[in-house]
Amino acid sequence: MSAFLALVRRDVALAVRRGGEAALTLGFFVVTISLFPFGVGPDPELLGRIAAGIVWVTALLAATISLDRLFRPDLEDGSLDLLALSPLPLEAVVVAKCLAHWLVTGLPVTLLAPLMGLMLQLDLQAYLPLIVTLAIGTPAISLTGAIGASLVLGARRGGALIGLLVLPLYVPVLIFGISAVEATLAGLPVMPHILIETAILFVTLPLAAFAGAGALRLAME
Amino acid sequence: MASDNNTTILAIDNLSCERGGRRLFEDLSFALSPGDVLVLRGPNGSGKSSLLRVLAGLLPAADGVIQWHGRDISDEPAPWQRSLAFLGHANAIKAAMTVSENLAFWAAFEGSNSDSGDALDALDLKPLADLPASMLSAGQQRRLGLARLATRLGGCWLMDEPTVTLDANSVAKLRDLIARHRQAGGIAIIATHEDIGVDNARTLILGEVT
Repeated sequence: MSAFLALVRRDVALAVRRGGEAALTLGFFVVTISLFPFGVGPDPELLGRIAAGIVWVTALLAATISLDRLFRPDLEDGSLDLLALSPLPLEAVVVAKCLAHWLVTGLPVTLLAPLMGLMLQLDLQAYLPLIVTLAIGTPAISLTGAIGASLVLGARRGGALIGLLVLPLYVPVLIFGISAVEATLAGLPVMPHILIETAILFVTLPLAAFAGAGALRLAME
Repeated sequence: MASDNNTTILAIDNLSCERGGRRLFEDLSFALSPGDVLVLRGPNGSGKSSLLRVLAGLLPAADGVIQWHGRDISDEPAPWQRSLAFLGHANAIKAAMTVSENLAFWAAFEGSNSDSGDALDALDLKPLADLPASMLSAGQQRRLGLARLATRLGGCWLMDEPTVTLDANSVAKLRDLIARHRQAGGIAIIATHEDIGVDNARTLILGEVT
């Protein structure tokens, strides 16, 4: 357990340092969302209707741009070999790295979402389901992303390839995240959508751990 | 150095390795007792690095058995992994962290058994402890890589070209370090082209078995 926490702490520290991914990801999230009022016009009604979708899709993209840095630096500097050699199972290494990735991307994005909602005239009722589904959905995004990130380690230009691989896999997370917001606005029960979103997270967790560890073993051979 | 069966802690039996359809080595057997050092020699591409990676468990062996304290490591990897310290071509250093942070992370992650201040001292890295690793020269980075092993005295060290980029003074430090490691009952398998000058080391020459 102490090895797991040491790894999470190191990855978070590396991400928030100068040149780390955390600030870049958040900057991308805020700047991209700010483009939408220019793109679709400042009509508050139109913006309010698409606000939740904008926040969700931008959150997916923001998480994806830093995915190529999830395992590649460790592969290049030899750290991955040592991570694989320790008694901590490689599956746990993958989960630790995903947790660190979420702490510096998904979590801050979730916390910033209300502010972005304000800018986009999001309906007052929609804030709570948006934040809750983001809080549940973004860890699933980091985990799904880890599968893609580990698979493209062999490719020289992994960055764009990761997007192609994982963005389609984000569709279920996106659908149930948005449908929770829609259900609230329509006055329908919101719990089923949140429960399905949670179920997706719990399915993704072991899937990402095993698939990611398998792909990492292949990359190290 | 005689190693009878009673004291053997690492036993390699008929080990073979294949990469890309090519046999790198086959039917390799040796046994090491506490304090033994095995130096691997051979031309480029003869499989020295691959042998180290197979021993570490990073590469699957085509054939053969590796036993640590009499137990097959593919059945029980945990005791082997706990005693193992691996130094590859790369030093596993994060440029954004300081020298002491780099060492402290691996000490925490690998569960080291000795003081990391001692390890820094052993390789003359104390004065550089608070520098970001990005400021280190290639030789200093190698010393930091070695310092990680110095926190793991007494297990099994697998070292791939440990002297690359080291100056004569640092090679002497490495020699002292290996001597301390042997005193603590450790064993080391060292792939190298240079003569490190370790006393009583056994040598294994890998040829090109094609």
